[in-house]
Amino acid sequence: MPVPDGTFRTATISVLVDNESGVLARVIGLFSGRGYNIDSLTVAPVDDDRGRSRINVVTSGTEMVIEQIKAQLARLVPVHKVADLTKLGPHVAREMALVKVVAQGESRVESLRIAEAFRARVVDTNIGSFVFELTGAAEKIDAFIELMRPLGLAEVSRTGIAAIARGSVTI
Amino acid sequence: MNAIAQTPDSETSQASSTASGAEILLRVLRDQGVDTIFGYPGGAVLPIYDALFQQNAIRHILVRHEQAAVHAAEGYARSTGRVGVVLVTSGPGATNAVTGLLDALMDSIPLVCLTGQVPTHLIGNDAFQEADTTGITRPATKHNYLVKRSEDLARTLHDAFYVARSGRPGPVVVDLPKDILIAPAPYVPASAKPHRSYRPVTQPNPAAIRAAVRALKAARRPVIYAGGGVINAGPEASRLLAEFVRLGDFPCTNTLMGLGCFPASDPHFLGMLGMHGTYEANLAMHGCDVMFNIGARFDDRVTGRLNAFSPGSLKIHADIDPSNINKNVAVDIPIVGDATLTLRALIEAWREDTTPQDRTALAAWWREIAGWRGIDCLKFTQDPSPGAVIKPQYAVQRLNTLCAGTGRDTFITTEVGQHQMWAAQYFHFDKPNRWMTSGGLGTMGYGLPAAMGVQIAHPDALVIDIAGEASILMNIQEMGTLAQYRLPVKIFILNNEYMGMVRQWQELLHGSRYSESYSAALPDFVKLAESFHATGLRARNVGELDSVIREMLAIPGPVIADIAVDQRENCFPMIPSGAAHNEMILGPEHSGRAASITDEGMMLV
Repeated sequence: MPVPDGTFRTATISVLVDNESGVLARVIGLFSGRGYNIDSLTVAPVDDDRGRSRINVVTSGTEMVIEQIKAQLARLVPVHKVADLTKLGPHVAREMALVKVVAQGESRVESLRIAEAFRARVVDTNIGSFVFELTGAAEKIDAFIELMRPLGLAEVSRTGIAAIARGSVTI
Repeated sequence: MNAIAQTPDSETSQASSTASGAEILLRVLRDQGVDTIFGYPGGAVLPIYDALFQQNAIRHILVRHEQAAVHAAEGYARSTGRVGVVLVTSGPGATNAVTGLLDALMDSIPLVCLTGQVPTHLIGNDAFQEADTTGITRPATKHNYLVKRSEDLARTLHDAFYVARSGRPGPVVVDLPKDILIAPAPYVPASAKPHRSYRPVTQPNPAAIRAAVRALKAARRPVIYAGGGVINAGPEASRLLAEFVRLGDFPCTNTLMGLGCFPASDPHFLGMLGMHGTYEANLAMHGCDVMFNIGARFDDRVTGRLNAFSPGSLKIHADIDPSNINKNVAVDIPIVGDATLTLRALIEAWREDTTPQDRTALAAWWREIAGWRGIDCLKFTQDPSPGAVIKPQYAVQRLNTLCAGTGRDTFITTEVGQHQMWAAQYFHFDKPNRWMTSGGLGTMGYGLPAAMGVQIAHPDALVIDIAGEASILMNIQEMGTLAQYRLPVKIFILNNEYMGMVRQWQELLHGSRYSESYSAALPDFVKLAESFHATGLRARNVGELDSVIREMLAIPGPVIADIAVDQRENCFPMIPSGAAHNEMILGPEHSGRAASITDEGMMLV
């Protein structure tokens, strides 16, 4: 057993659950009830035939806390599998954001130019505003939002991350 | 129920489509071997009560408060190893049960609690006696279900029993809307297939077992720390534990929940450990070089200050619940598995491993332990003159001796507080499943209803609730249940006219300012007993104690024995909050050893 030190790490954990009522509340209740962090959380059905959903949760804590989170998740009755993608090896974690910029003149032109550099798509436009759709790592979306802020950033809607292991590994 | 009884078992549903949900529910309970349920009727569960009325296979015990139904089922479950079953109505019926459910969750007691619910079309409308029962009980149960479709009813109920008893046992709620109970429902027998998602590991990893044996063989100062998990695994686990302890000549201590899993009369037994544990048990934990924890969870009442807990020892932890491992204390050798299978594997591996133990070191360790035992940390002085005030320790000690003298199988339950700790210290258990107490949650009012449940399961046994005068009032209404079912439970009240443990902490931590801890306006317990058709007895001094206990044990019906004890007595030894195992406060018999309570300790509970 490695001696657990006090350093924090971030963990991206994927959980396969039965798609039944209350399952998300169980997971969220576990985090709030035991005082664990949730940095991001997404959930959606991924296997309709078997009635399963996948929850991706990004959390942070000491090694001991993260191991504890995984053990607590695994003992929930409707949970099939808990995978720590951060430990499993390289993984892809992506998020989608819709970013509304309300701007005129030079700011408007500049926002469009930056959006192109970020490969964001314009999904709605009118004379005074754009809605950009942007997909990527959470840091990329953070950077985009920061650049838009002085140009008339009006509203942000983010999905939270979906994550999957690279290569042929499955959870 | 005749129509159902005649229906042949089959996987198909149409055969019994004429049966109502309530009738199907009772059939599933029978399939699961249920013979007793504890409950209280109400509007939403009337269909179940109607079905109960028309059958004789399942006995219903009518309690006087839903909390008591759950504690009674806990007593039933803990004393038999079976799943306890509770039936309550919607809304307040369910919310009253919550304390009991959380109590069962903390102490790993297998229960299935059936709660009524408003009809499905009214859910979410703030209907009369509606509560979000699955929402409220989610953090108070191991799992819960809301049955929304008749075709799910039987399967869900079978599932609930499986979840309650498998792995680390716990309470499971099944919320049953009234329309589901009335409408016809298909019958489904229990599935032989493995559960789709919940499959706890029971077989220990052989490599971990071998590593544990190597560590224990090499140990110079070993200690075994066994908890309630050994009892939950069944009596065979307790037998194997005793075998293993004797095989290795190990010192063995028990947690509060583990009392009885190792015989108290065995010379290897060090007594209970933890906050009010014995000096020898706590110092052995502090000074050991190899610790083997089986079925315990390094609770804060056991470990004291974590950074000073058993420094330098190699720790082996066997538990059925992987989330207990490395939760509070980092361990060196984790073993996930059932206690019976783990102990059996350990004994086998111990015999296969030909490495000899260091018997010289072990003998030196036992000499050191003998020195700690010589302190006699549970020593107290009882003035023997007949008019003297009774020491609570003496009262429990006499109760233990006189009970043993009857030769009857004896079951003890307790409430929560000083009396509970004195019972744990001075009443001795040689067998598992004989000691029922609220350990994790610390629920005052647990003991009387739990004793009811024990007595229902063991009609001929001697069942005693060792109580305090404050705790007993929390579920005193259950005297009515004792009377109705002629349950000869004995209630042994250590009456010091204080919420004793609160008073003790106020004395030690808050400058003897006894804020709201005096039991004012107490009832006359003798008259109270009589008004509930029981016998009331009272002992005011040492001279009356033995005769009152003898009389209590001889009376065939329920008894309240009100024992007036020393109001100023404190429960020692004590590890103050925030202190380490080697910083125990010993009693007044041992002066000059007191540890001080730090400011940090003041903030702990």
